[in-house]
Amino acid sequence: MRASFVFSEVVNGLRRNVTMTIAMILTTAISVGLLGGGLLVVRLIDRMQDVYQDRVEVVVFLTNDVSANDNSCTQEPCSQLKSELSKSSGVESVKFENRDQAFASFNKVFETMPELRDVARKEAMPASLRVKLSDQERFSAIQQKFQGKPGVDSVVDQADYLDRLFNVLNGVRNATFSIALVQAMAALLLISNTIQLSAFTRRTETGIMRLVGATRWYTQLPFLLEAMVSGLIGAFLAIIGLLISKAAFIDRVMGPVFGTGIIPEIGYGDIAAVSPIMLIVAAAISATTGYVTLRLYVRL
Amino acid sequence: MIRLEHVSKGYKTSTRPALDDVSVTVDRGEFVFLIGPSGSGKSTFLRLLLREDVPSRGRVFVADWNVAKLPRRRVPRLRQRIGCVFQDFRLLNNKTVAENVAFALEVIGKPRHTIRKVVPEVLQLVGLDGKADRMPHELSGGEQQRVAIARAFVNRPLVLLCDEPTGNLDPDTSQDIMLLLERINRTGTTVLMATHDHSIVDSMRRRVVELSVGRVIRDDARGVYGVGR
Repeated sequence: MRASFVFSEVVNGLRRNVTMTIAMILTTAISVGLLGGGLLVVRLIDRMQDVYQDRVEVVVFLTNDVSANDNSCTQEPCSQLKSELSKSSGVESVKFENRDQAFASFNKVFETMPELRDVARKEAMPASLRVKLSDQERFSAIQQKFQGKPGVDSVVDQADYLDRLFNVLNGVRNATFSIALVQAMAALLLISNTIQLSAFTRRTETGIMRLVGATRWYTQLPFLLEAMVSGLIGAFLAIIGLLISKAAFIDRVMGPVFGTGIIPEIGYGDIAAVSPIMLIVAAAISATTGYVTLRLYVRL
Repeated sequence: MIRLEHVSKGYKTSTRPALDDVSVTVDRGEFVFLIGPSGSGKSTFLRLLLREDVPSRGRVFVADWNVAKLPRRRVPRLRQRIGCVFQDFRLLNNKTVAENVAFALEVIGKPRHTIRKVVPEVLQLVGLDGKADRMPHELSGGEQQRVAIARAFVNRPLVLLCDEPTGNLDPDTSQDIMLLLERINRTGTTVLMATHDHSIVDSMRRRVVELSVGRVIRDDARGVYGVGR
């Protein structure tokens, strides 16, 4: 196989249908860019799940009465509740947090928001029993059992709050993937069209190649490479697009949120991690489309 | 070298077969004219040899290949041993004479040093030395056909198939092309030429196979065009 020959065929082919080539590259870029964006959201969700998984607890808030009078959970009903919780199935550990500790951790969480700290009074903080579950499914059973018991104010599953956040993120991910898919269809059709056009403009060459006994592979390779090269250029543009949108948009708008640590930051490392996937997907899709087009529509 | 055994070929679009029980044998090194009016089956004959088509019935052999039975991936090997020349030359207009000839070798993966050696040789053989760097549109029709012949012959095929190679040329130029084909034939290459050109067939006095409505109606060892009409 003569590399220089194949290479010059590819360059010629791309140059000859330059408008189609540009259209093909741009649609591929948008499609792959959206795919990359979706993958970044997936990474974000994964990381958040990692971060929050360990911290999520079921919190049994105690009544004001208990919060005020029992500082170490040694009296009834707190001690009784604690031992019952510990014995319930699916419970890994139970920790008591008294009013002082609750106030301290409140102050810590809202460290960056002094106006909130100013209005918070220590007397408003409930003491609580923090229950770590080994089996998250057990929450409703525990809630049913302890809700309304003497000394219990309410039973809250922190996972509920997270679920809402994850639902939003999953929605964002699904939306990006859907648009990416629609764009990918457009890209596929364009790739297919460009190859047919390219094969048509080069029908004399390919006709001669067939007659002098060039293998099918040799005849088709330039077309396949043409599709793959444009796919890869599209993917590169998409990566550049992601880098620019991170620097110019995400960092500026989301910067303060990243700062609090509530949502983990999307870093350049993340873009580096999804880039190979984008490149491979772009190359594979354009090569496959090219191959199928050549098989079905072009007689070489 | 070429053997057709009771070959018939029908096309879906036509009730009449393009070839009807044709049996022809061409030995190595022969020069054969294939004549007959348009639609008599000459093109189908050539297409079957190149495996552009497969016969509906019968068997086709080129060299030792059973052409119709050849697996798809072996077809290029067959075509590498068959040279083709057409009425319309089919040159690449954006390549020079030498590049046109080299193209046939490049696309079958011949090494560059071989190409550099054999292209000038074959250009000299067809009488185009000194015109290697010309573009096709700068050449006369006869010269363009020489380039096409050089391209068909550069890989030293066993068989040279010519489909009306003089169809677009004036009589004098046609005569030159025939001399060239004869010279190629003398190197041992079997030449099969489909033509309408009476004067050429008559002057060459070579074997003539005449087709009519898909059947062989004449096979003369030293024939002329018009006998029997």
